Amino acid sequence: MTAKNKSLFEFSPAPESTGHIQLKKQYDLFINGKWTKPKSGKYFKTINPANEKLIAEVAEAGEADVNMAVSAAEKAFKGWSSLSGKERGKYLFRLARLIQEKARELAVIETLDGGKPIRESRDIDIPLAAAHFFYHAGWADKLEYAFPNRKTEPLGVAGQIIPWNFPLLMAAWKLAPALACGNTVVLKPAETTPLTALKLAEIIEEAEFPPGVVNIVTGAGATGAAIVNHHKVNKIAFTGSTEVGKIIQRATANTDKKLTLELGGKAANIIFEDAAINQAVEGIINGIYFNQGHVCCAGSRLFVQESVHDEVIQKLKARIENLMVGDPMDKNTDIGAINSKSQLETINKYLKIGKDEGLELFQSSCSVPKKGFWCKPTIFTGAAQSNRIVQEEIFGPVLAVQTFRTISEVVQKANNTPYGLSAGVWTDKGSKIFNLTQQLRAGVIWANTFNKFDPTSPFGGYKESGFGREGGVHGLESYLKLND
Amino acid sequence: MSRLEIKKTYKIYIGGKFPRTESGRFYNPKGVDVNVCLSSRKDFRNAVVAARSAQSEWAGRSAYNRSQILYRIAEIMEGRRAQFISELELQGLTKKQAEEEINATIDRWVYYAGWCDKYQQIFSSVNPVASNHFNFSILEPMGVVASTAPEESSLLGISTIIATAIAGGNSVITIASESLPLCSVTLAEVLNDSDVPGGVVNILTGSKDELLPHIVQHMDVNALVYCGSDKKVINELKEKSAENLKRILHYTSGKILSEDGESPYYLKSLNEVKTTWHPIEKVGAAGSSY
Amino acid sequence: MNLVNRKSPSVDQVGIEDRIARITARSIKSEMKVEGLKMALSMIDLTTLEGADTIGKVTQLCTKAQHLCDQYPELPNVAAICVYPSMVGFAKKALGKSNINVASVATAFPSGQSSLEVKLLDTKLALDNGADEIDMVISRGKFLEGDYSFVADEISAIKEACGKARLKVIIETGELGSLDQVRKASDIAIYSGADFIKTSTGKIPKAATLPVTCVMLEAIRDYYFESGKMIAMKPAGGISKSKLALHYLMLVKEVLGDKWLNNEWFRFGASSLANDVLMQYAKTKTGAYQSPEYFSKD
Repeated sequence: MTAKNKSLFEFSPAPESTGHIQLKKQYDLFINGKWTKPKSGKYFKTINPANEKLIAEVAEAGEADVNMAVSAAEKAFKGWSSLSGKERGKYLFRLARLIQEKARELAVIETLDGGKPIRESRDIDIPLAAAHFFYHAGWADKLEYAFPNRKTEPLGVAGQIIPWNFPLLMAAWKLAPALACGNTVVLKPAETTPLTALKLAEIIEEAEFPPGVVNIVTGAGATGAAIVNHHKVNKIAFTGSTEVGKIIQRATANTDKKLTLELGGKAANIIFEDAAINQAVEGIINGIYFNQGHVCCAGSRLFVQESVHDEVIQKLKARIENLMVGDPMDKNTDIGAINSKSQLETINKYLKIGKDEGLELFQSSCSVPKKGFWCKPTIFTGAAQSNRIVQEEIFGPVLAVQTFRTISEVVQKANNTPYGLSAGVWTDKGSKIFNLTQQLRAGVIWANTFNKFDPTSPFGGYKESGFGREGGVHGLESYLKLND
Repeated sequence: MSRLEIKKTYKIYIGGKFPRTESGRFYNPKGVDVNVCLSSRKDFRNAVVAARSAQSEWAGRSAYNRSQILYRIAEIMEGRRAQFISELELQGLTKKQAEEEINATIDRWVYYAGWCDKYQQIFSSVNPVASNHFNFSILEPMGVVASTAPEESSLLGISTIIATAIAGGNSVITIASESLPLCSVTLAEVLNDSDVPGGVVNILTGSKDELLPHIVQHMDVNALVYCGSDKKVINELKEKSAENLKRILHYTSGKILSEDGESPYYLKSLNEVKTTWHPIEKVGAAGSSY
Repeated sequence: MNLVNRKSPSVDQVGIEDRIARITARSIKSEMKVEGLKMALSMIDLTTLEGADTIGKVTQLCTKAQHLCDQYPELPNVAAICVYPSMVGFAKKALGKSNINVASVATAFPSGQSSLEVKLLDTKLALDNGADEIDMVISRGKFLEGDYSFVADEISAIKEACGKARLKVIIETGELGSLDQVRKASDIAIYSGADFIKTSTGKIPKAATLPVTCVMLEAIRDYYFESGKMIAMKPAGGISKSKLALHYLMLVKEVLGDKWLNNEWFRFGASSLANDVLMQYAKTKTGAYQSPEYFSKD
């Protein structure tokens, strides 16, 4: 324990039980409505990053398996796309309801596999995933209203590759619009977090989806590449790092494949002196520390108007001390485990860079468990646009703080980045909000709030944060041909 | 010995409860050996009070919540298929017709469930005004809607009329088909089971002719939806509603009962448009004066 | 006072509600729960403020205060009894040598619609009869008229009359209309000499809530950052369940810290809370859900 005096009303452990969940020791690939062994016979391990223990072995899909999956999706496309929208929607409504029924089990597995706190899985990830299916289910028979003067047609087979930071939710973001619009899918979850996608496959079975409509192939980079390069895939949707996004764009350049990318970010979170400061501080915390900072739209660059800098930093530091870092299965944990050893190494690399760049580092004085991958919430003050930790995406609970004096200065600095996914503006003045939202070059702008998501609200970036939108009416376009 | 059946009592539905008509009157729909409440103007008056009191909370719910409730209505109805089919048969439909009607009705509830969280996106706009203002138009529910269900249908018609009103955040008082009232009461039971807050839907059985004059004059009703083709009635409604400028909408039963009964425009027509302006200061922008 | 007209920060209501949602999602178990229950008990101002209060009623309440639950002697006493000025003497007598304070409402409680003269006399009566603490009400009408100096001067005058007694200033959050106003009223009260800021009279339907308490705790914290001086806080009304009381303690711990987690700096204005805490405590001891009839109701 730490050296301070015993504090009052300290949290006792409040672990969520891992009882009443069903996890197999080994998972195969879900292709054409059947659990299929990988042709290579290879399996890889998925561990719990909080204690490094093995949870399950998962099949590694090779090129032959991907071929089989795409083939199944292609065959299933005719039937699926010619179903009436009404009937197609009913399948998706079933999915939404089943996710709600199995919410607790999914939340526990999400936390065990990925390290995010159970409270986040339970209160945010799983409910939002169900909501995404529910919203998109209703579009299936209403597409004629979504695009004026255009008849809609599905694209065919969609290849979808999703990241490890919101595993089930990202699966929902990809599957729901694709399926609602009449496409069939081959989905690859991230290799460190495959389990909830596999549980979703079981739910898809339970919902009696026609075989081949959804295929889940697990694996790492090579599996993803096989999907991207398959000539029978009509559409690629990728969420992940900007680096890999560029690789995919090059790979699909000489094809007819439609592409949407949702990549990295380095969002500016801007606090003006006339903000509701206490709520702004809470918003900063929400923007960078929850989900361990593993959020593409995280508010990782804090811009504080110089006149209120000291007040904000004082309150930030006090607030960080209240954040609980620890066992993700404990219902009181705010910040869980870093998703993997390699991600922790990346974060630590940036912590060193920040220190070497001469910035002042402040970290919470909390303790962290011995086993597993952990990073305490961190603030670097005195940062500038020229610092590497301000320019590069860290993807961890690390905040860089810069000051500014005027609106034009902060707009210039906020936009001075190749990224453009999101931004935050904190001010009590309405006309200032709209001024900033007009000038900030980002696909999602949160005013007096942060990290809010809704299936009806389009999400996606400008510039190197990717292109295409997910959610809302605008998000449907990625999965349709719009014909005259 | 054969077992004596417990016969169902058909009551009306007001404020989340099932009272009898305060008038104590009843009537028998033609060809059906059942006593159905002959609702009075006072029942209607009470229903308006209940509808008004429930409306703002209902409109204040998230669209997602309303959407889930409408879907639940479909779920509960699916579970009560047999009951609805037998009631439809009792009122003169063949088994095939009855099955078609219950299928169409359940699917229609699912259809409108899926509009709750989308119609705003279709019909709202951000308007590019010439001045430095952020200007947006959104839809807001009118409030309390009184309606008459199509006479020719016991279930699909009244379901459509109710779904289109409440999906858009209104509360509703509906007068059921006079000749085919039975399913409307069972529908009320389904709504009551589906987390629809009391007062959001109120269903009265009885005579349209008797009730319409009181409905159209009621000062606390925001809109009246009439299903039927009687031009004389429609013109009179338009005239009498002028007292509080309540909006009159009229549809033929044929339209409501066909595939045309599924459209977001029914929702839109029970919503008002609200437009808001807010300045956008131009500071730090290219060409700004500061 | 110049400070009184200083601009209070605005409060984002949605942000506050998000914060409260996180707090109430917390899970309070085992030792933490037991510690919290004891703490909550020690912070209660056991209250009776009825028009129908009699010597009998007040005396019996004082007996309850001293014998909360003799079955568990390790439990602390409540912090105080809270009564009308006319009952202070009887309460003082009934409490005898116990360390339980007598708090008195005053200043034309609950409406505050009277002259300063009357309010000072009201306060004096309570103090003369032995009150250790005074719970005053601010002039909400004057506040809503924008006459902040009036509100401030009134508080200062009552504070002066209090002498050594601690002054709790009730801002009546349910009548103020918004969280911005709650913050403003809190700041005025703090700058004018309040020892405690208190949410409510408990006499109108809208009493203490977690959001208004959060705003008031933030006002106290900001003042502490500025001046180094601690101000105490008391939410009153509508807190009858232990689970809710524990969430309040969680809020105090997160916003202010351990220094405020004792009955010198935090109180609950409640009556039926005490028995609910006792029932929850008994459950932690026995493992069984309790029945209300096994705990004295005075």
